[in-house]
Amino acid sequence: MSQVAESAETDGSTGAGSAGSGLHLRNLRKEFAAFTAVHDLDLDVPSGSFFALLGPSGCGKTTTLRMVAGLETPTSGSIALGERDITWEKPYRRPVNTVFQNYALFPHLDIYENVAFGLRRRKRKDVEREVDAMLELVELTSQARKKPAQLSGGQQQRVALARAIINRPEVLLLDEPLGALDLKLRRSMQIEIKRIQTEVGLTFVHVTHDQEEAMTMADTVAVMNAGHIEQMGAPAELYENPQTTFVANFLGQSNLIEGTVRGRDGEDVKVDMQGTVVTIPGQRAHVAGNAGDLGWVGIRPEKVLIAEEGQVIDAPGNSIPGGVVTDVSFVGVSTQYLVRMPWGQELTVFEQNTGRRRLFAKGERVDVSWRPEYAFLLDHTQDRAAGRDEDAD
Amino acid sequence: MSPGMSPLQRMGRWIGQHLVLAGGILVLIYMFVPIFVVVLMSFNDPKSRLVYRFDGFTLQNWLNPCADAAMCSAVSRSIQIGLLATLIATVLGTMMAFALVRHRFHGRSVANLAIFLPMASPEIVLGSSLLALFVAAGFAGQLGFWTILIAHIMFCLSFVVITVRARLAGLDNNLEQAAMDLYANERQTFLRVTFPLVFPGILGAALLAFSLSFDDFIITNLNAGNTTTFPMYVWGVAQRGVPMQVNVVGTVMFVISVAIVVGVELNRRRQEKALAR
Amino acid sequence: MTEVATQPPEARERRKLTGYWLLLPGALWLLLFFLVPFYSLIATSLYDPEGSILTGYDMTWAFGNYVTALQDYWPPLFRALWYGAVATLLCLVLGYVLAYAIAFKAGRWKNLMLVLVIAPFFTSFLVRTLSWKLLLGDEGLIVDTLQFLNILGDDGRLLATPFAVIAGLTYNFLPFMVLPLFASLDKIDPRLVEASRDLYARPIVGFFKVTWPLSLPGVVSGTLLCFIPAVGDYINAQLLGNTQTRVIGAVIQSLFTDANDFAIAGALSMILMIMILAMVLLYVRRAGTEDLL
Repeated sequence: MSQVAESAETDGSTGAGSAGSGLHLRNLRKEFAAFTAVHDLDLDVPSGSFFALLGPSGCGKTTTLRMVAGLETPTSGSIALGERDITWEKPYRRPVNTVFQNYALFPHLDIYENVAFGLRRRKRKDVEREVDAMLELVELTSQARKKPAQLSGGQQQRVALARAIINRPEVLLLDEPLGALDLKLRRSMQIEIKRIQTEVGLTFVHVTHDQEEAMTMADTVAVMNAGHIEQMGAPAELYENPQTTFVANFLGQSNLIEGTVRGRDGEDVKVDMQGTVVTIPGQRAHVAGNAGDLGWVGIRPEKVLIAEEGQVIDAPGNSIPGGVVTDVSFVGVSTQYLVRMPWGQELTVFEQNTGRRRLFAKGERVDVSWRPEYAFLLDHTQDRAAGRDEDAD
Repeated sequence: MSPGMSPLQRMGRWIGQHLVLAGGILVLIYMFVPIFVVVLMSFNDPKSRLVYRFDGFTLQNWLNPCADAAMCSAVSRSIQIGLLATLIATVLGTMMAFALVRHRFHGRSVANLAIFLPMASPEIVLGSSLLALFVAAGFAGQLGFWTILIAHIMFCLSFVVITVRARLAGLDNNLEQAAMDLYANERQTFLRVTFPLVFPGILGAALLAFSLSFDDFIITNLNAGNTTTFPMYVWGVAQRGVPMQVNVVGTVMFVISVAIVVGVELNRRRQEKALAR
Repeated sequence: MTEVATQPPEARERRKLTGYWLLLPGALWLLLFFLVPFYSLIATSLYDPEGSILTGYDMTWAFGNYVTALQDYWPPLFRALWYGAVATLLCLVLGYVLAYAIAFKAGRWKNLMLVLVIAPFFTSFLVRTLSWKLLLGDEGLIVDTLQFLNILGDDGRLLATPFAVIAGLTYNFLPFMVLPLFASLDKIDPRLVEASRDLYARPIVGFFKVTWPLSLPGVVSGTLLCFIPAVGDYINAQLLGNTQTRVIGAVIQSLFTDANDFAIAGALSMILMIMILAMVLLYVRRAGTEDLL
């Protein structure tokens, strides 16, 4: 292939072409010798959005990303940018760029040449002006002639970002971009990356195992587990209304209590939960809802209210008596209680330390309650512990 | 089969992915062709001593390896020199490696240079300068076993230092500190932790030293006087007609060294597996 | 309290002394049998060329020896440098392919392939070179094949040509090229190559912009490890070549042992050493890897 043809081709496909295209995966599948990493994945990422692919290590999210980048060949299925099928396109011909885990900066080139690499390969004019502008954007102008090894982790991170963004890809892929940074730096980089995304207006696909990071940065989060997408939506929606036990446990914490469906009451589903009948709004009940079916009633710890035995709580809802405080941890902004319920299960409860309520002591008898609209109902065939301890890396 | 990629494209991709590997294997074959010839010729039944080609199969060369007594005495002389040179070079070299890695002192860079230079000099220069020394010192008449040994220790030394130093430098310092933390004194730490960990490196260095010594021709030839080592014997018969027993020696050397290398590798794997379990 | 304060420096002093004692025997050996001989060689090269091993040599500061040596023996000297350079280049090409295959393509066969690279090294250099004599011989398989393919004329031959000498040199010093190249290539993070693809570099461009520059330390040490011994070697030139392929090593050897012309032999040795040192220094500086030494 001649140089001229190649540069013409890539030129035509980037920049101007990005309007309203988006990334579309159809039945994407990747099998390795011993296992299937990605199972028939369908995914649409709207143009200009900040999309996060969230899941524990080994869930197939990085494989998916690498297939989009062209670094891994799919077993079947297709990848398209707008109308253009890029499934079999060579990585150096697709308008997609990657911010690699641990950055993969070229150690023998200085920062300037690292950032200019993609432009030079495509024989762009005006390399100097573009690189200068990009270094300005990531605030590294003064470091231009240093080698990557001379920079701090956060600075290297910004070089990796600049090196990819300068090519104005239709999709920018970020593979655990903040994994190597310490907690404090990670928080500030999250905001920084978000700012840059808004500024350049490109489509970002961000792969991470850190649920907090995904929820802070992304407009849309897809939770991935064992090669499947479990649920996709806005961060708040995923958190407030999880559809599977995996999402309920992996994103934050959930109390999952076994119950039997009694039947429907209009929109709502009535569930007998260990002797107390609770009400779950219809759009939060992710089960068939036939009377007699088992289900998991889910409630987030901070949604659970705790009160002295017999005391009337100033909130309407399902009240369950007979709890005993078995553990108290004071965290500062909140207090975390473990409450043993009459059926033996320990529920986790977070209380805001507003100062209006007193601390409960270990061994005290309490009632717990929550507003019905906060609870959700999940399929009983799913594993109650799915996704529970997986985000710790 | 996926729709997006034609069989031709797939084949092209497969060839592209395996082209370099195939090239590498071809290069390896190039490296092994002469060794196959050595093994083959060790079973050769030559019609004439002067024509070096395969004439027929025989076990005679293996059954009578010492048909030419001069060859066997050359081999045994080479083994003697090799073992002595290996022993002394390994001991001295290991000591130097420890000094260079574990001790700070003045003149380290000079020492490093002195170790590097013999490896960067052509053998013919090393050999001729030693000869110049021996002649100037009045040993011109005594060239032989001892002058060969001195020369061999000299050029093996650098290789031993480099090999052991690499192993020692790769060693985790924390291990020794952990041993001291667990009440091992300096001597115990050395004997129970440091030395066992460095030992594979020392063994490798010794193996390298022996093969360098056994194989050396150019330096030896200048400093041997009337003494004949195995390479010198081969050099001599190469002009007059080569007895096939030479290939028996070559084959045996090859088999022994491969057995040692493979044995070390298998042992390492077994240990790794045991650790993994 | 004072005891605690004075002990550490003493211990450090003792450690330092241990270091010297460990270094001493080996250093003495190198001093006596590497550095002093080098001085002897310089002295020898300045002896009166009329001397002989029987009558003894006189130091006459005969710098003219160098001129005589160059005048009489410049063809074998430059032939050796030329053969060495060509063989090193061939080693680099072949060695790079092999080292690259081992580092990036061999997968679980990596260790086996490395063992195979080292294995020939343990079989006698001379015996292996004799094998080449057989392989390249006039009735050997290679000549027959080439004649059959009409690449080589009916009376064409390989043995006793510069081609055979260079093939032998390449063969013999290939492991010295492969090992340092492998060490360099193996250290390269494969993600850097992926990053270059991701940034629009075709494989060939990615190779020259990323892999090759990162493997330069291995290239430099590999070429040195090949070139230096290849220039000094005369076994290949003698066994596989003819009278027209005589190299400087053979000249030095026969001047010392057969002709007893110590002064000229010493001068030639010095010239070889100086030329190699100069070339190595120039090369290392050009390659920009001075920290390598």
